[in-house]
This record gives sequence, structure tokens and C-alpha cells, in this order.
Amino acid sequence: MSEDREILREIWEGNLPVCFTLVQEEVEADRPDPVSLMVSRQTYFPLVTDKVQKHFSQFTDKEKIEEMWLEYEGQPLKWHYPIGVLYDLFASADALPWNITVHFRNFPVEEILRCPSKDAVESIFMSTVKEADALKHKSQVINNMQKRDHKQLWSGLQNDKFDQFWSVNKKLMDSTGEEVFRYIPFRIYRRDGPYIQKLFKPSSDDGIDHTLADLLNIMMIDFKELVCGNLRVVIQGVEPALDTTLLWLSQHLSHPDNFLHIVILSRTDMIASNAPW
Amino acid sequence: MSEGEIGESSGSTLKETADSSEKDTEKPVSDAPPIPPHNTSKIDVLLKAAGDAPIMKKKKWAVERSKTVNWVAEFIKKYIKCQPSESLFVYVNQSFAPAPDSEIGTVFDCFGSDGKLVLHYCKTQAWG
Repeated sequence: MSEDREILREIWEGNLPVCFTLVQEEVEADRPDPVSLMVSRQTYFPLVTDKVQKHFSQFTDKEKIEEMWLEYEGQPLKWHYPIGVLYDLFASADALPWNITVHFRNFPVEEILRCPSKDAVESIFMSTVKEADALKHKSQVINNMQKRDHKQLWSGLQNDKFDQFWSVNKKLMDSTGEEVFRYIPFRIYRRDGPYIQKLFKPSSDDGIDHTLADLLNIMMIDFKELVCGNLRVVIQGVEPALDTTLLWLSQHLSHPDNFLHIVILSRTDMIASNAPW
Repeated sequence: MSEGEIGESSGSTLKETADSSEKDTEKPVSDAPPIPPHNTSKIDVLLKAAGDAPIMKKKKWAVERSKTVNWVAEFIKKYIKCQPSESLFVYVNQSFAPAPDSEIGTVFDCFGSDGKLVLHYCKTQAWG
């Protein structure tokens, strides 16, 4: 997979401009200026929003402050999803910067997890990497790694260091023995309902490589809608050709958690956002 | 666990699922009307203690597919009488902790075997 290394780097360098604003009801006296940040698509909000928390907490009633949470157009944002996935799912039809609202009260416990510390992010991130390797290599690769390799994956992500991250991650993306991956770690998201995750092999029993179209077809996506363009399939902010090999996508367009996160948007999702189709 | 014991577990259900419209009975499965593959059906979950966690007298439970991992963890905490301050970790394959908001049905689809999902639980982080 070395010949496509520049693609890995381009994916890694995908950034989003985000503008954070404190929700009106929680402004105590003077309205604070918004905070603008350029954030990596690959990372998680709690790793990049210390400044946001610090800035806005001065402008709201200290007595009433709870854990900070983020919302976009009424949708609480799950901090344990990669930022790029949240954007593709909820905001990709709208103009940039991505305008996110900051809250310190009324934490929506039913909808999002609490994030007590950055350790919680590390824990979920590493668990997801392990889950992906359980699917790909029966956990053999991740279990044969040293603790320091695990730490290097995490610190590579946390500090936005491509080489540091990929020098370990390439082992997870390589094949062990004859089989490349036993199953492709993927999750398919739509705006309504939970994500879909099932077992799916990179190739058929006859040895023919599965494509993105094969996966979507088998997993439920209304294929007619897809072909006539009523659905959009977005991975890492791009719409890959439906005949792209799934294994290639998994090795190059997965997030650092080693899952291929596939966002399906319908025409109504886009109309609701007043976006040109 | 042998296949024979599955009948026993499908006859009982977690207390919290009592609000479900279909009450579990001893009826054979074949009598049931055709059900959609998702959300309405239940799966067998086998709960095993690890480390210093107390074992559960009843280990096998029928859980609705749409319940989350976190819901199961809260159920275990109540059952083994964890203090509210205590943590409980749930693991699949003795290797990773599924995200708390993952649906049990999804975890089963990927990591179930022999018609059931085995989950280990413990009070301290066991498998990182």
C-alpha cells in the first residue's frame, strides 16, 4: 500500500474551520466573542476544545456550570465520534465555517456520553482500534504490539503527528499471512437511527474483491436511490466511486480508530439544510 | 453452554424489558409471528465475571437487540449491587470494551457465536 502513501497524508491533513458560540441563554452579561479554530477531521472534540471551554466559562454563571457539551442545529454532538464523521453527517451541506453552539447546562444525558477527562477519549479510541483489529486479524496484531506502540498511536493522534501515528498503524493495516483482513471494520451512519455494523469480508468466496457498492447493496441501502443519485455516500468528506474496492478504502480512508466511517445522506437531509443539491 | 440451556434463558427476561409488548412465555419460538430482523427480537447474552467482580447467579439473559452496552452495564451493576461510585467495565472477546452506546444487537452481529454473545464484566480495567 506504499504507493498510495500521499493519499494517507492528504486524508490525515483534512481540516475543518469551526466557529464556536456560547448559547444565548447562558450568557451572563457581555456577549463573548466566538472562538474560531481549525480542527483536524481525524481527532475528537475534547482533544481540541480546552481553549473553547476556558474562554466561554468566564461568560456564564460559574455556579451553574456543568460539563461542556456541543450542539449543531439542535443536534447534540457525540464527542466519541471523529470530528469529520460528525461534520459529514450533520453539517456537510451547509456553508463553512461550521457554526457550533457551546453549552454548560442541561447536559443531554440521554443522547450523549459524559466525558470526564481526556483519558475517557483515549480509552474509547483504543477500544475502537482493538475492536477493528478483532475484526481484521482476530486481535493478533494489536495483541502482539507493545504497550508503547499503543501509546504511540494515541499520542500520534493527540499531537497530530502523521509519521508517529502511521509508523505503528501500518502494522494494523497490513495483512497477516494469506488473508489480508478477515472482515472490514466499517460503520454506516444515517441521520436517523443507530449506525450499522456487521461482518463483511473484503472479497467474495470466489475471490472477487468486494466494492463499496457491494457493501451498500448488502447492508440495506436502497440501491435504486443510490444509482439515481438520491443518496450521497460520503467517506472522509469525499464521495468515492461506488466501484472502489472496499479493502483499498479500508486501508486508506479509515479514521485513526481503524474503522471506515461511511455517511449516507438523503436528498431530504440536504434540502433541510437549504443546500444546493 | 449447551444448546439445551437456551430454552431456559429465553423464558426469562431482564426485569427492565417487562414494558415490552411481547411478554416472554414458554412457547416454542416457531409459534411466534414473523418478526423483523432488528430491534424487536432478543438475543441471548452470557454474562461472565472477571477479576474481582462478583459472579451472577443467573448468567444467561435475553436482551433486546436495541438495548445499549451501557444499559447492560447498568443492569449488571444493579444485580451485583455495585456502589453508584464504582465503575463497571464490559468486554467482548476478553479483548476490547465496546462503546457504551453500541447496540447489543450490533455487537452480537459482529462478535456473537453459537447463537449468543459472551460479555465479561469487571470492576477494574482488565483488558485495557
